[in-house]
Amino acid sequence: MTTATQTIEQFANKEYEWGFVSDIEAEAIPKGLSEDVVRLISTKKKEPQWLLDWRLKAYRYWTTMEEPRWWPNVTFPPVDYQNMIYYSAPKPKKQLKSLDEVDPEMLKTFEKLGISLDEQKRLTGVAVDAVFDSVSVATTFRGKLAEMGVIFCSFSEAVQNHPELVKKYLGSVVPYNDNYFATLNSAVFSDGSFAYIPKGVRCPMELSTYFRINAKETGQFERTLIVCEEGAYVSYLEGCTAPIRDENQLHAAVVELVSVGEGSQIKYSTVQNWYPGDKDGKGGIYNFVTKRGACRGRNSKISWTQVETGSAITWKYPSCILIGDDSVGEFYSVALTNHKQQADTGTKMIHVGKNTSSTIVSKGISAGRGQNTYRGQVKVLKGAENARNYSQCDSLLLGDKCGAHTFPYIEVKNTSSTVEHEASTSKIGEDQIFYCKQRGLSAEDAVSMIVNGFCKEVFKELPMEFAVEAKKLLGVSLEGSVG
Amino acid sequence: MFTKLFAPFDRDATPRYRALREEARARFATLPLPTVRSEDWRFTNIAPLAETSFELPNALMESGPAAPKNKLQFHFLNGRFAPAISSPVPSSISIGSLANAPSSLPLVGKIADVRANAFTALNASFVADGLYVTIPDDVILETPIEIIHYARSDEKPVVIQPRTLIVIGKNARATVVERYFGGQTYFTNAVTEITLSDYGVLDHVKVQEESVSAYHIANTQVVMAAKSNFTTHYLSLGGALVRNEVRVRFDGEHAEATVNGLYLADGKQHMDNFTVIDHAQPNCASHELYKGILDGKSHGVFNGKIFVRKDAQKTDAKQTNKVLLLSDDATINTKPQLEIFADDVKCTHGATIGQLDATQLFYLQSRGIPLEPARRLLTFAFANDIVNRVKIEAIRAEMETRIVR
Repeated sequence: MTTATQTIEQFANKEYEWGFVSDIEAEAIPKGLSEDVVRLISTKKKEPQWLLDWRLKAYRYWTTMEEPRWWPNVTFPPVDYQNMIYYSAPKPKKQLKSLDEVDPEMLKTFEKLGISLDEQKRLTGVAVDAVFDSVSVATTFRGKLAEMGVIFCSFSEAVQNHPELVKKYLGSVVPYNDNYFATLNSAVFSDGSFAYIPKGVRCPMELSTYFRINAKETGQFERTLIVCEEGAYVSYLEGCTAPIRDENQLHAAVVELVSVGEGSQIKYSTVQNWYPGDKDGKGGIYNFVTKRGACRGRNSKISWTQVETGSAITWKYPSCILIGDDSVGEFYSVALTNHKQQADTGTKMIHVGKNTSSTIVSKGISAGRGQNTYRGQVKVLKGAENARNYSQCDSLLLGDKCGAHTFPYIEVKNTSSTVEHEASTSKIGEDQIFYCKQRGLSAEDAVSMIVNGFCKEVFKELPMEFAVEAKKLLGVSLEGSVG
Repeated sequence: MFTKLFAPFDRDATPRYRALREEARARFATLPLPTVRSEDWRFTNIAPLAETSFELPNALMESGPAAPKNKLQFHFLNGRFAPAISSPVPSSISIGSLANAPSSLPLVGKIADVRANAFTALNASFVADGLYVTIPDDVILETPIEIIHYARSDEKPVVIQPRTLIVIGKNARATVVERYFGGQTYFTNAVTEITLSDYGVLDHVKVQEESVSAYHIANTQVVMAAKSNFTTHYLSLGGALVRNEVRVRFDGEHAEATVNGLYLADGKQHMDNFTVIDHAQPNCASHELYKGILDGKSHGVFNGKIFVRKDAQKTDAKQTNKVLLLSDDATINTKPQLEIFADDVKCTHGATIGQLDATQLFYLQSRGIPLEPARRLLTFAFANDIVNRVKIEAIRAEMETRIVR
């Protein structure tokens, strides 16, 4: 075994650093899912009748659906949907105006993660809507945002305070009957974030939410809705970490983005580092997420950037429906699978309007016994004249027990469009490591550096703070085989 | 609906392959015909085929001129071998109807697995006739072997089940051309099994010019031993609903496969190209290039799979699909996929879909060539890229004239 391989092995066997359980009393309802549970969630959240009706419609449809099982390189034991708690809120539930009122235990948790609210507030000017389990407990900078007419609050608050907006846009991009997990989410979603950027406003700061799955055996069903009016711009950050668990936890979130007006822009960035399970793949989060954005306005733009390093299984296809003429969709992704992690991720770009364009850059890194699949669809409808797509999917294999797979689906229905897809697979060469070592770098640093270089195109799309975090995360999660 | 044909078929078929037929029929009974719900068939709806009632074909008169002396032509009329109009077989090689195949040829049905695919099982349910080609060790055959299938329905649509077995010995080398054409509505369900021994070389060409209302489903399965070399060119021109499957498996190291295809579709033609390259052994190379030109309301499908098995290190696999859409009513679905389980490999794939390059058109126009001829010239060049790779001069010439039209 070469030194480089040894280093990588050591790297690979690193334990998950962010695993700890913070002891906060949680208010949960009994396990199981039924119509009563859906009603109970709705009642607890004091929701209007129309939302309950929508939830019930989704629930009833869900009972007729089958759990999807057709992915060739993803396997997992059956999920017992009746053995889960569908709602959990941290106990101290009163409205908080400042950080002083936040449970000190919770603040400590955030500090351990290096994302303490004070820190964020003071240093970066990021408004943080921290979702601790399922209910938002602290919202900062809201005053400042309100001045500009930007609404940024938890989903439940939005239901209470801006029901007309929620009613108009909820389910307009991801309908209640979209897919198994989105339908489940529609029935039982607990909370999430809501953002509304009015006409002509450029959101002055990056909006950010930190999700954290905390209570034991709680499936987390977040719902995020972002609406951007004519000429408005917003950049939204989402980052996740979770403590070590024995049982697999299901996370079925739904994110809907609507670029309504002409020239509106939404940038959505994710760093996902949920517990991936231990070396043998025990535990770990099932991340079955539906993310979709609709570019309705002329010249509007939606950009997805994701760095996926966590979760036992990642199933996620942030998509863009390009309806408005000249609208733009982008997808930049880094997905890393390690140990026994499985990822099946990619995007869908549906070109409906004229002169629409989309770019897909996907970087997959497989290590250990990880299975990494890119699955993406580019669909150009007949009316989408002069549509343009460029896709690039690169895979890096570290080790001979992992897998990297590419499944692009391309459909074109007119003559004026151009679609290009390119994919390559490579590994880190012994010579590359040797060169770096010869220049005085350790093998470990060399691997980290090469992988970071491999992902550069995606990292440059991330907002500053995130890019730093993502690089660190990759360094920690890294492992591989060299030659 | 095919099951009612089993009994009449057995009445005048050789009992020789009865065991294989029975096995395949038992299997066929359990395999539903594929639908678009199956991932491998999601872009090809075979409903029109499944809803047609097919009959067993009538024997056609063996008429026509005898095969030219300098050629090796083997004719099949409605799925039956026609020795009277076929060439005599040189003594160095062995070719003939499967019904009379030497008992030392136990490979029939061993390469194309009846368990996996309903249409392969269907073909094997009717195995009796067909052609076997054996090139013994160290024999180098310069003359291309042409296998010509002609099908015709007189009243009701018929189904023919061509079956070919090609065995290339050690250090042997041969060229085989398969040709399919016919008249009216009929269904060709072809299976071709190919095996190459160490250092064997096979250059395979398939010219598919079925009638415009015919159904054509073909499965070509290739198993390659160490250091062998296989090249195929699939040239698809005819048929209403066409599905060409090519499956290549590397069974030894240092083998090399080239799988190229050209599909030209117009009107309401549907052409599905499905390829699987299975890198089961290390140090093998595969190159795949498919090009399609779609006009009218045609529908093209390309689904290429490359598997690189665990430990198949030093694999070099390349896969490209390029499509030219000439009509706004034409549709292309392409799905070039890679599944890689080894790390020391070089795998790339690419797909492009588009139209003629505007700058190239402009350049030609600036040299005084009007737009329409310039278009035709560039379309021709696009298709000819594949044709030029065919090693047989006669086929190149023939295809070039076909493309010009």
